[in-house]
Amino acid sequence: MKTEIRLAGSGGQGIILASILLAEAASIYDQKNVLQSQVYGAAARGEISKADVIISDSEIYFPEVRSPDILLTLTQDSYDTFIKHIKLTTLIIVDDFYVKTIDKSLNNYVFSITDIALNTTQKRISSNIVALGIISGLTGVVSLDALTETIKNHFKEGVQKNIEALYMGYKIGIGGKNG
Amino acid sequence: MKERLMSGNEAVAIGAIKAGCRFFAGYPITPSTDLAERMSKLLPEVGGAFIQMEDELGSIGAIIGASLTGSKAMTATSGPGFSLMQEGIGFASFSEIPIVVVDVQRVGPSTGIPTYPSQGDIMQARWGTHGSHPIIALYPSSVKESYDLIFTAFNFSEKYRVPVIFISDEVIGHMREKITVDDSHVVFERKKPEVPKEDYLPFDSRYEVPPLANFGEGYRFHVTGLTHDETGFPTSDPVKAERLMERLQRKILNHLDEIFLYETFLVEDADILIVSYGVVARSAKEAILELREKGLKVGLFRPITIWPSSEKVLKDLASNRRVFVFEMNLGQYVHEVERIVKKKVEFYGKENGEIISPEEIESCILKSL
Repeated sequence: MKTEIRLAGSGGQGIILASILLAEAASIYDQKNVLQSQVYGAAARGEISKADVIISDSEIYFPEVRSPDILLTLTQDSYDTFIKHIKLTTLIIVDDFYVKTIDKSLNNYVFSITDIALNTTQKRISSNIVALGIISGLTGVVSLDALTETIKNHFKEGVQKNIEALYMGYKIGIGGKNG
Repeated sequence: MKERLMSGNEAVAIGAIKAGCRFFAGYPITPSTDLAERMSKLLPEVGGAFIQMEDELGSIGAIIGASLTGSKAMTATSGPGFSLMQEGIGFASFSEIPIVVVDVQRVGPSTGIPTYPSQGDIMQARWGTHGSHPIIALYPSSVKESYDLIFTAFNFSEKYRVPVIFISDEVIGHMREKITVDDSHVVFERKKPEVPKEDYLPFDSRYEVPPLANFGEGYRFHVTGLTHDETGFPTSDPVKAERLMERLQRKILNHLDEIFLYETFLVEDADILIVSYGVVARSAKEAILELREKGLKVGLFRPITIWPSSEKVLKDLASNRRVFVFEMNLGQYVHEVERIVKKKVEFYGKENGEIISPEEIESCILKSL
């Protein structure tokens, strides 16, 4: 079993950090084979930011994601760009705060990611952590425990707030799956 | 023993410190900058020194100087900087000063595309500097191997008094994988002279690899890029020049059994042999599994030691098999393969910033049937 995940948004939204946390959780705590990579451009704040994570039970050879199984888009720009490289079955997680126009023929899962981040931690920047919670709840590709441990290990400050954001994401992710 | 998720460049930095590297001089260049950055943090913690130099000429000079004082020394760069370092690499090779030069390849020629990978420096690693000089070049294909192989790079460099080029590429350098950082690696320490100071010959031809004294410990000797005799002073005597050149070749080529590292993947029953290395070898493995599903018996030969080659190993593997070479340049290592196997070799290469994909490899092989 191999799952290819693409996280995309805008520079400054914590996409790269989210990909590293996801990769660390799946590899160190869930004991899967994982490969993380990111676009190494001059993309600072405002430009499209993209990172890929491959999670597999067997050895991972080719390091790139071509058509992801899971696509997270936190901005309209990234949605429009990366739906061009998906399969019919790709599960697309969308933040309705920034993504207003979606292609209804696709497998979209729309959540109020930024709103939940604002309500939970009062910070927009936590939307990446909420999104990780959603990925875990909705797809089960990474366990909630693994993400929790990774966050505890990674953050020096604001651990509790980030775990709250993670759990909120997980809860609506589970809900999204059932709905 | 601790499992950690890290990038290839980070693994090289951490491995280098554990292999005993205590000096780094470099000039930042994508995609190797994060390696230098990591060294700047790690070296002070172990009492080592990090210098950001004014350019690559200064960098290579600084690590040569540091090595002569007995410090294991490394620099990291990419194609354009590697070009600038060639003069120093030639000097270190001829005057037998152990150094490790990491070259994280990006698209060339010239400054090319800084953030995209290529394998365009393969020939430069061998012949970027002039004259019949000895050199060793190693190329990993994963984060774990980046960690393991940097120990080998330092060990070979110290053992054979030779510059070792540690070739990587933007993909292997930047991607993250899980590795175990452990202390199980053997670390080789440079052989120092045991003779009285006045009897010391830094290029003593009775040895294959003469012991090397540390500057500052009382052994006085001369180091030059000119052809030198056993004392290190310049000579134009063809007999002495011949003796030196012969020993420099012999000290490496007599030890191919140890130096030539490679991996084979599903070659036992293979009719078709793919030759590729670094990131492309990863695509090749995926392609091989797919092609085997289709009933084609394909295997991989991946040189880890890119230079020097083992003619015997490749000749044996290539016999009775069709040979394909895939590399991210427009034909470099393929020439070495052709020279050795002495038969038709199919080649596919590109240097446009994209990784050669498993599908490209598959379709090349399927089309050729």
